[in-house]
Amino acid sequence: MDSTTTLKKPEQVRTHDSEAEETWTEVIQPRTRLLELGLADVWRYRDLVMLFVRRDFVSTYKQTVLGPIWFFIQPLLTTLTYVIVFGNIAKLSTDGLPQMAFYLAGITVWNYFAHTLTSTSTVFRDNATMFGKVYFPRLTMPLSIVISNLVRFAIQLGLFVAVWLYYLLQGNNTIHPNWLIALTPLLVIIMGLLSLGLGMIFSALTTKYRDLAMLLAFGVQLLMYATPVIYPLSSITGWSRGLILANPMTSIVETFRYAFLGSGTFSWAALGYSTGVTFVVLLLGTIIFNRVQKSFTDTV
Amino acid sequence: MSDIAIKVENLSKLYRLGEVGTGTLSQDLNRWWAGIRGKEDPFAKVGETNDRTSKGASDFVWSIKDLNFEVKKGEVLGIIGRNGAGKSTLLKILSKITAPTTGRISVNGRIASLLEVGTGFHPELTGRENIFLNGAILGMTKTEIRSKFDEIVDFSGVERYIDTPVKRYSSGMYVRLAFAVSAFLEPEILIVDEVLAVGDAEFQKKCLGRMQDVSRNDGRTILFVSHSMAAVKNICTTGLLMRNGQIELRDTADNAVDYYISNFINFNSDVKIDLTSVKRIYDHPRYIEYQSAEFVSPVENNFYSTKDDIAILIKIKSNIDCEAFRVSFSVNRNDESIVGVFFSEEIFSAKKGETKEIILTLKNHQLAKGQYYLCFAVGIGNEISGITEYDFVSQALFFEIAYKDVDKTQMITLWPSDWGNTNFQDVIISLV
Repeated sequence: MDSTTTLKKPEQVRTHDSEAEETWTEVIQPRTRLLELGLADVWRYRDLVMLFVRRDFVSTYKQTVLGPIWFFIQPLLTTLTYVIVFGNIAKLSTDGLPQMAFYLAGITVWNYFAHTLTSTSTVFRDNATMFGKVYFPRLTMPLSIVISNLVRFAIQLGLFVAVWLYYLLQGNNTIHPNWLIALTPLLVIIMGLLSLGLGMIFSALTTKYRDLAMLLAFGVQLLMYATPVIYPLSSITGWSRGLILANPMTSIVETFRYAFLGSGTFSWAALGYSTGVTFVVLLLGTIIFNRVQKSFTDTV
Repeated sequence: MSDIAIKVENLSKLYRLGEVGTGTLSQDLNRWWAGIRGKEDPFAKVGETNDRTSKGASDFVWSIKDLNFEVKKGEVLGIIGRNGAGKSTLLKILSKITAPTTGRISVNGRIASLLEVGTGFHPELTGRENIFLNGAILGMTKTEIRSKFDEIVDFSGVERYIDTPVKRYSSGMYVRLAFAVSAFLEPEILIVDEVLAVGDAEFQKKCLGRMQDVSRNDGRTILFVSHSMAAVKNICTTGLLMRNGQIELRDTADNAVDYYISNFINFNSDVKIDLTSVKRIYDHPRYIEYQSAEFVSPVENNFYSTKDDIAILIKIKSNIDCEAFRVSFSVNRNDESIVGVFFSEEIFSAKKGETKEIILTLKNHQLAKGQYYLCFAVGIGNEISGITEYDFVSQALFFEIAYKDVDKTQMITLWPSDWGNTNFQDVIISLV
């Protein structure tokens, strides 16, 4: 007997069948429709999302002496390094703003994006053993990362606000905060969703192509230089300006800085562009992620 | 509403053997190109049935193929079969961990699966925090967990340590707590893999009892995979015997187990076995590993008498410097139930690369008539400190107790199974 057969495409499920009338609570099938995102399922597991957030937060700083103070130390030291290297040695422009405030603003925003992106991008790899043993909506994992990084961001934002207030109260006349500060929550949401979307794309693809993990590791570092974190957008001219404007993070960093410090560039168009890119990336990410989550245990 | 809980139709799962990695991109591109032209998947021309003992021509293999069966509500189905028969794949698909290649499963009711206890336990979190985390991973809401919290803690018996990080727990306590969370899951359909193979005997009994309660009193559907034929007979109402990814038999649990024992348990009278390339069931690190095992003074057909000493020479090789380790073996009956175990003291030591030969002589075994096999393990620790295995080989050597006397003249012809597995020899009889 010839045991070799050719795999046929899965047959369409007959819906006119009388048996299909039956109300199954769940049907497990090879492929789901492209846009079946399973968000209702995620909502049912919302408690799990919050428990993951808690777990991340508690476990990161258990058995450290300084605990959550590390949230402050890291951006503070980075800022000091930037002040010395980019500000005093390379003498890059800061649009006339105090260097501390300028760099810290950029770093606070950038850190959230970079951290969320790098940690969501390894979701499948890091949790392979757990995902291989029990089912829960995989989306809960990246979502919890976005939220737990939000906590970290809130603390770092606090640090920035403290420095910012210090300059304001000192009567520094280069800082002109304006009403755009009200846009901060929007900026955070866009940033969170953008990093979530990108992270999901990378996490899904790295289950098969590990090369992407390497790419992402330094890619995020390089991307920082394509974002006005250590320089103001105004100082960039020529062809490279177009490149930097194409980066959806650009308008977010610039808007944040413009809102709090009053210098930089702000345009609704640029912000709209970032929002648009975010939604496309998020949609793409969710689709790819959902596709991969069904069979990634076979390839990881 | 129908009384069917799970309906499996034409379910198949294709696996790629060998290394996934190099060449996947070009394969994916080929596959995509074929898809665009409306051709069939060029890499799915596959398919040998899943017989791991013969080497196949293709890199792809059907782990399970064309399964069709139904499970009624309240049924406790035992899924049995040899390693590699596709049991775990079936469970993984049912638990939505991986998707089937073709076919469809329709489910009536909420499924929860227990392929492992303590999934997602975080060592830094306390017992209390882990109960919530683990419960949520298994699909419970916070409110549900809170309402059962006291019962869970009570069942686990670790009240005192509930606010201690679980990394400070002994392995026994860890497992107890982990199982306790799972035991209070209340889905309509519960899928259980061999999770009961952990923990001490008393606790195992408690867990089996709990499972029985759940199915009897609450009418829940349970799918139970096990290598323990005794457990399947005990707990399950029906059985599903799998072989090479297909259904061999679907019958009552008792019939399925009996069929399995008479048709699937291999018995051979090999005197020596090379263990270097034998596939291991568990994923032990093999710091020290078995090379071979043999009967020291072989007897014809490996038929021993109730009075024979059974001596085995084992050869083990160490891949690390180890100052103290122990060896152990178990005697199992052919229905895979364990008759007994022996643990040596940690009296052996080996340098890296060294090979040791050890003779184990089982004296006065008191085994009853029947077919048995030996499993060997090597590792550190004991019943008190806890056990860490380095290597474990199952079904290494087979033998049969067939004779009453050492001269092999009196064959035992009668030994009904309800007389048990032990034939006591050392009994002092005295008239008073």
